[in-house]
Amino acid sequence: MRIRANTAIGGILIALLGGTALAAVAWTPFDPLRVNLRARLQPPSAQHWLGTDEFGRDVLSRIMAGASTSVLVAVATVVLAVTVGVLIGSVSGYWRGWADRLIMAVNDALLAFPGILLALGVMIVIGANSIGIVLALALAYMPSVARVVRGTVLSLREKEYIEASRVLGNSELYSLLRHVLPNAVAPVAVLATSMFGWVLLAESALSFLGLGVPPPAPTWGNMLAASRPYMENAAWLSIAPGLCIALTLLGINLLGDALRDRLDPRMAQR
Amino acid sequence: MTAPLLQIEGLGIATAAGAPIVHDVSFEIGRGEFVAVVGESGSGKTAAARAVLGLLPAGLVRGQGRILLDGEDLTALSQRQLRALRGPVIGMVFQEPMVSLNPALTIGAQMMEGLRLHERIAKDEARRRCLDMLARVQIRDPARTFDAYPHEFSGGMRQRIMLASVMLLRPKLLIADEPTTALDTLTQREVLDLMVGLARDHGTAMMLITHNLGLVARYAQRAVVLCRGRLVETGTAQQVLTSPREAYTRELVEALPRRAAAGSRPPAQDVVMAVRGLKVAFPGRQRLFRRDAGHMAVDGVDLTIRAGETVAVVGGSGSGKTTLGRAMLRLLPLASGEVRFLGRDVTSATGREFRLAAQLVFQDPYSSLDPRMRIGDIVAEPLRHVALPGAERASRVTAMLEEVGLSGLAQRWPHELSGGQRQRVAIARAIIRRPAFVVADEPVSALDMTIQAQVLKLFERLQAQYGFACLFISHDLAAVEQIADRVVVMQAGRIVEQGSRDDVFDRPQHDYTKALLAAAPIVAFSDAVPA
Repeated sequence: MRIRANTAIGGILIALLGGTALAAVAWTPFDPLRVNLRARLQPPSAQHWLGTDEFGRDVLSRIMAGASTSVLVAVATVVLAVTVGVLIGSVSGYWRGWADRLIMAVNDALLAFPGILLALGVMIVIGANSIGIVLALALAYMPSVARVVRGTVLSLREKEYIEASRVLGNSELYSLLRHVLPNAVAPVAVLATSMFGWVLLAESALSFLGLGVPPPAPTWGNMLAASRPYMENAAWLSIAPGLCIALTLLGINLLGDALRDRLDPRMAQR
Repeated sequence: MTAPLLQIEGLGIATAAGAPIVHDVSFEIGRGEFVAVVGESGSGKTAAARAVLGLLPAGLVRGQGRILLDGEDLTALSQRQLRALRGPVIGMVFQEPMVSLNPALTIGAQMMEGLRLHERIAKDEARRRCLDMLARVQIRDPARTFDAYPHEFSGGMRQRIMLASVMLLRPKLLIADEPTTALDTLTQREVLDLMVGLARDHGTAMMLITHNLGLVARYAQRAVVLCRGRLVETGTAQQVLTSPREAYTRELVEALPRRAAAGSRPPAQDVVMAVRGLKVAFPGRQRLFRRDAGHMAVDGVDLTIRAGETVAVVGGSGSGKTTLGRAMLRLLPLASGEVRFLGRDVTSATGREFRLAAQLVFQDPYSSLDPRMRIGDIVAEPLRHVALPGAERASRVTAMLEEVGLSGLAQRWPHELSGGQRQRVAIARAIIRRPAFVVADEPVSALDMTIQAQVLKLFERLQAQYGFACLFISHDLAAVEQIADRVVVMQAGRIVEQGSRDDVFDRPQHDYTKALLAAAPIVAFSDAVPA
């Protein structure tokens, strides 16, 4: 199969990101946590490629170390939200009845809160750490997955091939897993990739409010947040994490589209 | 004789990429003449008709050729000039009445729209003409209809409303693109009779686009046969149907279902499926505090089907025939009654054996196959529930595919197959487990004529080979006549008549049966109406 340019760009971006996140576990140019007050707010140079921050910490090292934290948090959140969302959305849409009404009542109540507010509340209860962030953000984004999955399943269950599966003697669970869910992949894939972006941003926002991954551990979000007072004098401090977030989103979206098309036999041959 | 109303000369239509859709087609329509344009899907009949209106769908472009209306070349006109012609000079009725009316506007608003656009008349006058026209197409309460919204009407009613709003402008040419394909036989007859009557009254010429030769025989004076974008044959309707000159036309005419000699099959004794006093209720709509009274979709049906026998269920839409089939397969909850399968009561508990031995073939081969499974996997799926070694399973799938004429297509996806091929897949899936009973719900009504004939033949052959009992649900009396041993006529959830095929077709007792038979567009070669 020919690989399209978009797919290639997405692949390269994500491979770079993954490589960086992995490499940072073993090695970074400087210790991302080492404070050096004599080298505060230095612009990019041969020694510090991306400059230093207000405590004289090397920005490149912090970006690399932050990649693993941010990406890990985002991936874990998306996986958790999609898993739970697909589970309850498909149960709700496929079996209908009182379970559907109950699940959707709770789901809509959750959906009614602004996601970030919901996450804030959860963070306050669980505490500001990586696991807390993942749980809070997953809870905030799960309801929209459940809604989308339920809607898709609702329309798919009326298709004749689902009735055909029933006539063949297949169990309801088998029909759901074999015939309904594979056909619901496209909307979920699109949602999951755009959600990855929202989660990266939401993590930044929580960190900005001091409820994210606690400092001094670097994440792209808290780096962006910390750079705000210096935006005029030391723009590199906000440009570096901002650019990283943007490029990651771009890569994920391009790959997500490719994945969606690849999984659809009607698109795969074009 | 004056010049013809419409002359199409050497018309060519191609896709934007240059692949020809219609190639060098020429024919003409005289004033007040009814011409049928006949062809199967992909023949370019719809594209040709749309080219006349200058309304080709995106992606198609008109190539060479001229379209003369009253001597004026339509291909030379601007979109603006064409717009002035659409409506008052050329009217069009589309295939899908359910989607060709705007659901957000009242019937009256939509009818007035066209009238007031093309004729400068007062509102009262326009309204009066709309009401007259609604009365003319036999809408019961024109004043109420005028203020009603499209969703309040059935498909047949909507098609009458469409017809009324098109004829309101008294066009010289009416283009009707498969206007009744979505309707059942009785409604089809009513709508077409109205259409032809109106056209005759106004002296309107009609271009009737259809794949149904029965309609050609009944309504058209001349016929134009298209195949793969080329003109195959033109002639009077009678000549084309009774003594076709070209091989393709002969093939079409021969594809018409014909009655096989009765009694070719020995009468079987084993009762496979028997229902008694079967009732299925459809609940009414849930209102705020109460539920509307529901209605009985199937209302006390007794029916017995024996091994190897095909029992056809016929009736208009809403007669409960599809519900009856689903209820026999126990796919719907029953209100009351009893279902016995091979002597065993399956009314309350269906049991594994019944589920595996009673199968269903769906109407729409496009939605009955999972788009994400390969053909081989679809056909193999029923064998999940049969204890078979893997190698034997694979060889059985291969053999089954070969039997339905799909050898070598196991690795294809459903969207790569034609409608007829898909229906073969659906049939293979239904009978690979050697069921004792198959419900076929309008299995050929979505297919082209020649494909219909092939699939019906395949079905007959497989039934002779495997001896399953079959409930054949159809509104197409011609197909029923070809395949059925016995015929059951349903109206409003009840069986109004049943008997052997020949008895029902030749000596119908009930009025509803007589009406159905009279409305059926069967080509009667002996008494085609002379032009």
